[in-house]
Amino acid sequence: MSAKRLAQAPVFAALGDETRLSLVAKLCGGKLYSISRLTQGSRLTRQAITKHLRMLESVGIVHSVRTGRESLFEFDPAPIEEIKRYLDLVSEQWDQALSRLKSFVEG
Amino acid sequence: MDPRVEKRIELKAPVSRVWRALTDHREFGEWFRVKLDGPFVPGQISRGQITYPGYEHVKWEAVIQKMEPERLFSFTWHPYSVDPKVDYSKETPTLVEFRLEKTATGTLLLLTESGFDKIPSDRRLEAFRMNDGGWTEQLKNIESYVAQGS
Repeated sequence: MSAKRLAQAPVFAALGDETRLSLVAKLCGGKLYSISRLTQGSRLTRQAITKHLRMLESVGIVHSVRTGRESLFEFDPAPIEEIKRYLDLVSEQWDQALSRLKSFVEG
Repeated sequence: MDPRVEKRIELKAPVSRVWRALTDHREFGEWFRVKLDGPFVPGQISRGQITYPGYEHVKWEAVIQKMEPERLFSFTWHPYSVDPKVDYSKETPTLVEFRLEKTATGTLLLLTESGFDKIPSDRRLEAFRMNDGGWTEQLKNIESYVAQGS
């Protein structure tokens, strides 16, 4: 649990940025996108977009696939699923603690 | 949306009783299963050792935030930091708040744990809802999870 738990904070941090969120919003439809396509319609340079994509890649939210001369990026839901599992765990621990509190004050 | 854990529980005990169970460090230790070194003082670090079977190696450490008598008790901590090899102090702590309300039959306790992230606001996440990808589903799961009661 703890190793996975440690990975939560960077995932949250990676999502805490408007540009990266908008990239994920495009990618989460499941299609593969090139950097050029992701740069279209953005105020940012290709270089800036690439930096954001690499950050998302470093926490596993996106993966790049090399095709010929360019890299295509795709979305991976696994880190988000980890977050949900972590929140489930925290929730379950509180259910148990509060049930002990209940017995304690009502007993 | 901000990922948080929320619980509501009705307790058949007066608010004063519940307040004591939450804020007297010995009573807190009884039900939470932690042996605390000393009383809770706002602004100060509370230290102790978990007594829950199987987790006796885990240290308790929290910073007491607010103690508004019979109304609000809060602290920040690193939840379930059970691996002694991991330095949890580098992570942003979460905020735990216990709010008490008097009811006809006793006390309503509202617990919130928040700040798991610096995740974006509702407005920004609208972008995802407009998308048909699998992630939208995941976000719904997180949302329904965070919306659920005790």
